[in-house]
Amino acid sequence: MTIDFDRVGLSSVSRHYGRRRALHDVSLTCKAGEVIALVGPNGAGKSTLLAIVSTLLTPTAGQVHYGTHTAASGRAALRRRLGWLGHDLQLYSELTARENLRFFATLMDVADSEARVNDALRAARLESRADDLVSSFSRGMRQRLALERALIHGPRLVLLDEPFTGLDGASADVLRERLRALASQGCLVLFATHEFGLADDVLDRAAIMRDGRIAALAGARDWRAAYRDAIGRGL
Amino acid sequence: MLGRAFPILVTVAIACFGAAPFLIGAAPYESTMGLVQKIFYFHAPSGMTMFVGACVAGCASAAYLFTGKTSADRIAAAAVELTVLFGAIVLMTGPLWGRKAWGVWWQWDARLTSSLLLWMMFVACLLVRKYGGPGSAKLAAAVALFGMANVPFVYISVNVWRTVHPKTTVVPSLGAGMRGPFWFCVAAFLLLFLVLLAVRVRLAEQQSELETLYLELADRPATS
Amino acid sequence: MFFRTAWTVFCKDVTIEIRSRETLATTMFFALSVVVVFAFALVRDGRLVADAAAGILWIAIAFSGTLALGRTFERERYTDTLRALLLAPADRPAIYVGKLLGILAVIFVAECLLVPLVALLFDTALLARPLHLAALLVSGTVGFAAVGTLFAAMLVRAQSRDVLLPVLLYPMTIPVIIAGVRGTAALMQPPPDEPMAIFWLTLLTSFDAVFLTLALWTFEPLMTD
Repeated sequence: MTIDFDRVGLSSVSRHYGRRRALHDVSLTCKAGEVIALVGPNGAGKSTLLAIVSTLLTPTAGQVHYGTHTAASGRAALRRRLGWLGHDLQLYSELTARENLRFFATLMDVADSEARVNDALRAARLESRADDLVSSFSRGMRQRLALERALIHGPRLVLLDEPFTGLDGASADVLRERLRALASQGCLVLFATHEFGLADDVLDRAAIMRDGRIAALAGARDWRAAYRDAIGRGL
Repeated sequence: MLGRAFPILVTVAIACFGAAPFLIGAAPYESTMGLVQKIFYFHAPSGMTMFVGACVAGCASAAYLFTGKTSADRIAAAAVELTVLFGAIVLMTGPLWGRKAWGVWWQWDARLTSSLLLWMMFVACLLVRKYGGPGSAKLAAAVALFGMANVPFVYISVNVWRTVHPKTTVVPSLGAGMRGPFWFCVAAFLLLFLVLLAVRVRLAEQQSELETLYLELADRPATS
Repeated sequence: MFFRTAWTVFCKDVTIEIRSRETLATTMFFALSVVVVFAFALVRDGRLVADAAAGILWIAIAFSGTLALGRTFERERYTDTLRALLLAPADRPAIYVGKLLGILAVIFVAECLLVPLVALLFDTALLARPLHLAALLVSGTVGFAAVGTLFAAMLVRAQSRDVLLPVLLYPMTIPVIIAGVRGTAALMQPPPDEPMAIFWLTLLTSFDAVFLTLALWTFEPLMTD
């Protein structure tokens, strides 16, 4: 079974751990070709929301719809259309760049995996280091490799948790270009960051989160002002 | 959980335990062990109740793992606690009896050893629930389910292990006049199990309601 | 695709192990330490208490197996790769099978060291019936690892996971230990007691069948939060 979708909708998604509320009544719609940023301070619930959208966490209330499917109905076929890049990069340090990509390509059931691995190495500009162990890579190199790992199966929905962590200015620029390119190819990009200075120039919309809720939704032009209003108020 | 039947069951349980000492006192003495043997009327029914508790815990855990219903989790959690409780009674009365009857606290008797292992598996279940952090209810459910599945293996392996070094059996065959009090005590213990299960599940339900109230309080928009 | 995924995960673990040799080296040395410690506890006047060699062998397997389990999953937790594995389109139990095969490989290699070592150090007739012994070791290790891999995987996201793994694993696998020790001891008798060994082998294979099925069945619900 293959499925595809052009929008992702969250309706009244909530998640709590015992007495601690992580997310409260979050509703959001994202369309293909959009880059949406979840911005907010630490503890706002951004990672929890991303985990729920990635199907790794189930909400205690509410639903996530991927087109006409849900996590329960889509199951394995849905996971084929998702790409995830977490904060810890999900790479095996004891394997080479090529071996990492090859492993994940096989895992994600990619056809013609050797060609895809070579394309990914080229996109990450790591062709000369393809057969070096990942443990010898800098943070920026690992980030580029990890991003290609997340994209190797050509997902429709790309989820990134704090992708700008530890990147210098040049690497951050490269990442922003890549995300915009993905969106123009029809992907749906959703990323979380607390370094909102770096999110500029790449997002179409921003969901400003605070204390488990979406405090405000804003477009590319006015999101900084909205952020100041929503978050600054609490200080 | 049991609604209107609950007060009736509590009263009957209290009455049973009130009557039990008289019935046990009136029962005939066992030929070799005399008065000491009478601890058996609490020891063996505790063992049976522990086994029933383990089965309830295992089945409720399987239901929770595959349907996600919190009511199943509450029953499983309560049943695990009661299994540990009745297991503790078995493991305390067993050595007391053994010491008085045969002069040895513990002689690796097959049934008592199997009870010890079962008890340990369910104590491990409680430890996971307490120290596993958020999401440990599912982990505890897996341990309880595996524990229930392990019962035949524990029983067979310990039995064959012990027959290599045979010792006196702990439970002699029941003489006439002993059966009545014995089955009465079995019924009393099972009733007690049911009552305690109902109480514990109700407690869990109330804790859950309290947490929902806390969440609603936290969710109310902060007054500026 | 199930078997391809399991095989891919297994090959990845083997590659990492061959490169770093971390889990293998530490597990084997730990197994050696366990044998020596128990030797000091149980050897009197240069001779081992009767039947203790079988016990020492299986205790060393259990302790070093637990260590290997902890290390393997700690690695997946540290790099958060377990989440990437769970996002694969394959059936989740395939990941379990792949990890199980990896653990079995490590423990089997450790056993190849342990068996001759115990036979040598304690001058026992451990290798009187090598095929029966191999069958006991394989089925016992599979049972232990089947339960251990599931518990280690489900504890990855839990607190106190280091201490909870042994706490959960040892009581649950006592039937395996009993069967393994008594079966091995039966093979060490002056004429090896084959019917007894076969009985314990049958118990072990039933244990394997039941708990492998349970583990495959419960892996998916346990891995989703």
